[in-house]
Amino acid sequence: MSTPPTSTPTSLRNAVIRLAGNSQDGIQSIGGFLARLAGRTQKDVMTYMTIPSTISGGPSIFQLHLGSGEVRSPGDESDVLVAFYQHSYDNHLSALRDGGICIYDPDEVKELKSERGIVHVPVPFTSATIEAIGGSSRDRGKNMFVLGLLCAMYQLDREKLSGIVARQFGKKSEDILRNAMLAFDAGYAYPVGDIGSFNFAEGEHLDENRISTDGNTLMTMGLLCAGVRYGSAYPITPWSPIMELLRTELPKYGGIYVQAEDELAAVAMTIGAAFAGHLAVTGSSGPGLSLKAEALSYASMAELPLIVINVQRGGPSTGLPTSVEQSDLLQAIYGSHGDAPRIVLGPQDVEDCFYIALEAGRLAREYSCPVIILSDQALSSRIEAFTEPDVDKHWVEPPLDITPRPADFKPYPLDQITRHAPPGTKMEGGKYPIVTGLEHDEWGHPSSSPVIHQKMTDKRRRKLEELARALPNPEIYGEAEGDLLIVGWGCTCGPIRETVDRLRSEGHRVSSTQIRHLHPLPAGIGDMFSRFRKVLVVEMNDSGVYGYGQLAMLLRAKLADPRIESFCKTDGLAFRIREVVAAAEKTLASA
Amino acid sequence: MSTATPDAPSADTAPEKLTKKILTADHPTWCPGCGDFAVLAAFYKVLEKLQYPHEKIVCVAGIGCSSRFPYFVNSHGIHFIHGRALPLATGVSLSRPDVHVFVFGGDGDGFSIGGNHLNHAARKNIKLTYVIMDNNVYGLTKKQTSPTSPQGFKSKTDPTGAIDRPINPMKQLLASGATFIARTHAAQVKHMMEVFERAILHDGFSVVECLSECVMFYAGSFDNSTPRKGGVYDIIDESAHDVTDDTAAFKLADEAAPGKFGVFYQVQRPTKNALEQKWIDAEQARLAGKSPKDVLKNRIAQMR
Ligand SMILES: Cc1ncc(C[n+]2csc(CCOP(=O)(O)OP(=O)(O)O)c2C)c(N)n1
Ligand code: SF4
Ligand SMILES: [Mg+2]
Repeated sequence: MSTPPTSTPTSLRNAVIRLAGNSQDGIQSIGGFLARLAGRTQKDVMTYMTIPSTISGGPSIFQLHLGSGEVRSPGDESDVLVAFYQHSYDNHLSALRDGGICIYDPDEVKELKSERGIVHVPVPFTSATIEAIGGSSRDRGKNMFVLGLLCAMYQLDREKLSGIVARQFGKKSEDILRNAMLAFDAGYAYPVGDIGSFNFAEGEHLDENRISTDGNTLMTMGLLCAGVRYGSAYPITPWSPIMELLRTELPKYGGIYVQAEDELAAVAMTIGAAFAGHLAVTGSSGPGLSLKAEALSYASMAELPLIVINVQRGGPSTGLPTSVEQSDLLQAIYGSHGDAPRIVLGPQDVEDCFYIALEAGRLAREYSCPVIILSDQALSSRIEAFTEPDVDKHWVEPPLDITPRPADFKPYPLDQITRHAPPGTKMEGGKYPIVTGLEHDEWGHPSSSPVIHQKMTDKRRRKLEELARALPNPEIYGEAEGDLLIVGWGCTCGPIRETVDRLRSEGHRVSSTQIRHLHPLPAGIGDMFSRFRKVLVVEMNDSGVYGYGQLAMLLRAKLADPRIESFCKTDGLAFRIREVVAAAEKTLASA
Repeated sequence: MSTATPDAPSADTAPEKLTKKILTADHPTWCPGCGDFAVLAAFYKVLEKLQYPHEKIVCVAGIGCSSRFPYFVNSHGIHFIHGRALPLATGVSLSRPDVHVFVFGGDGDGFSIGGNHLNHAARKNIKLTYVIMDNNVYGLTKKQTSPTSPQGFKSKTDPTGAIDRPINPMKQLLASGATFIARTHAAQVKHMMEVFERAILHDGFSVVECLSECVMFYAGSFDNSTPRKGGVYDIIDESAHDVTDDTAAFKLADEAAPGKFGVFYQVQRPTKNALEQKWIDAEQARLAGKSPKDVLKNRIAQMR
């Protein structure tokens, strides 16, 4: 790797770059620019970031995995570490692979360790940026300098990248844009010495129509496409960006998103909009979902369609508000009083956030019940590139139906799924319906008859049984039979699939599946499992007193299959491939 | 839709006249003598007078004896959970400007478990009418202290007499920013009807505290404001009280029990409904007729 920049660049298929600094350094925006560029230049990308939960400052990282083939995880180890400070260097050097490149700011990083063949490259971002822009504002523009540096190093499309930067900063002011470009150009021209440059090999052909964004943004787009026009929520990390975006976007569609006084009011307002005949959404993160629990049981009882998003974070309580965890599955399925059936879905990557939102809308209306989407902190904030969704194909008109209902209308028919007549609907028989949380007969009259309670409980459960039968089995990655099936849900899809690739290349008969329909589970899932010698459920929650994670426990309860094993962790970090590989190897090796 | 056939005349051609008979639904489950019967009767009467289209009337309630109200009105209705009727009604009001939203509930439902929602629905000036049937006790759960129970009232949770100071509903509502605030009495049918009608016609958040005796668990609670039981029913003289003056209203609200009745406060302030619509109109004017589908397509195209 001692080629000077002018000679032939080293060809790469993948690169993992970790930027480590403080949250005010704007490293998230470097990552954002690069991710967007990747989307536009036929490269795949996945990002990962940590942000401190304190408001100003604190260590923060942004990791970016760029590749010319499909990129499925943010990468276990990085090829390049950009260290802004001594603490960044100290804490993240171990994330660098053997022989990796560490670019550091000698104005800040004073003590170096020579280990594992790591190549150290001093680049004085701070002083070089001040020199380029002038003035003395120490932190401004450093990120643009680093962006320029990386652009040159990886021979990225400079014109497109500066176009993306210009569009972003041009919105602010000419001065800001000029300074950003000065810093960018200085970084681009900075002589990094003998580490050489790299370019990406021509990859397999990726779709032309690609966009790049994060899960929260795309989930919001999915909701808008699904016909959501109303709802209400209360701010909480990492859910808030969805509500902020809905609040900003909905007026363009003639809708309203309300910031409520608390989560109890938020879910009540959303149920109000649903009762009024709309498709409505509320959302929160773990603690807020707990506050909505009473009203969720109401929605099951009253049979109202409702979408509830839970962007999970580390719990319990305030827990780790900016870390990833999947510990709200049981809360989502069962967390409320009474027998209150609801549907629970989990998107498997950023792209899937769009389609899950659409499906949630469809199922809420079709089954007239609450649908909870379990997203998580990792999906919410990481950026991925993928094929642009086809809005024309998926567009759903908002559903308000106030056409008169015939005289034999019953709000709660026993032999059919409830279809409410919202306010404004003329009732031709003259009898107006009431929506209720008391147990009721078919006409909505309160009833405590044992026969009716049994029949209505059956009715509400039957909807989910019907859905379970209608659901296809989840897609299998790899072959449909073998020694081991790795089962995951949510954001673990990437590391699990990379694990499968790695183990298959070593000759193991391993496949995986990501369960998107978490409740009810597809009826055929047991058949699918039966074609494997072992099943390993991988999830980010605690294995509990009985030794099984939340999904593993449910699958064991449903299938009574002792071959189902569980691999859990709760360190607040996304799975590394080597962690999943090790767990899978252990299961494979056991009898 | 509404394809009118000769034997099923659509109401488009022959609007039905709303009568008490049409508006009556299930027979109330209240105890004989409960004050809430009179509130229901007054509501029917006011609706008979206002003649809103039948399908546009929506009754909303939480939980409590008084909150059973929607079952007894033949209109679109929803019986929700304890204390959350107002946010639910907010969702209906904001998303359906074409309907009339009426909320009913008790003192526990409104001032205790739902207290914070009352503050926020009031300050947001949501277009709806809210009647709080205040019996100074928890009726449905059989005689616990309520936030309006006077000190000394013996309940199952205060066997030696209520210890905590009760709230002053009028003052609380004034502080929270409601734009129509009134007080009436279930035993004063004519006054109750007048107040209800004014509340309903108010464009904004209108709230009425209606004293309504719980004969089962707090008999005699309002004798001091019931003339036939020797009490005084003291109606606010609006020629002497400026209803737009909140300081004056605050003073009136400070009078010792049984206090004053009538409209304490009424001002016009834009509703949240109107302000949100203004924003929608501005956004849509900027989009110059672009369809929602194209708006979404353009938004997603920005992510290319
Ligand atoms: C979450 C919840 N907590 C408690 C209750 C029990 N509860 C039902 S009604 C009520 C109080 C009713 O008092 P009020 O609102 O004054 O109505 P009233 O019956 O006096 O008309 C209580 C505590 C409940 N239904 N739900
Ligand atoms: S318990 Fe009291 S409030 Fe409830 S119905 Fe009986 S009298 Fe009315
Ligand atoms: Mg009461």
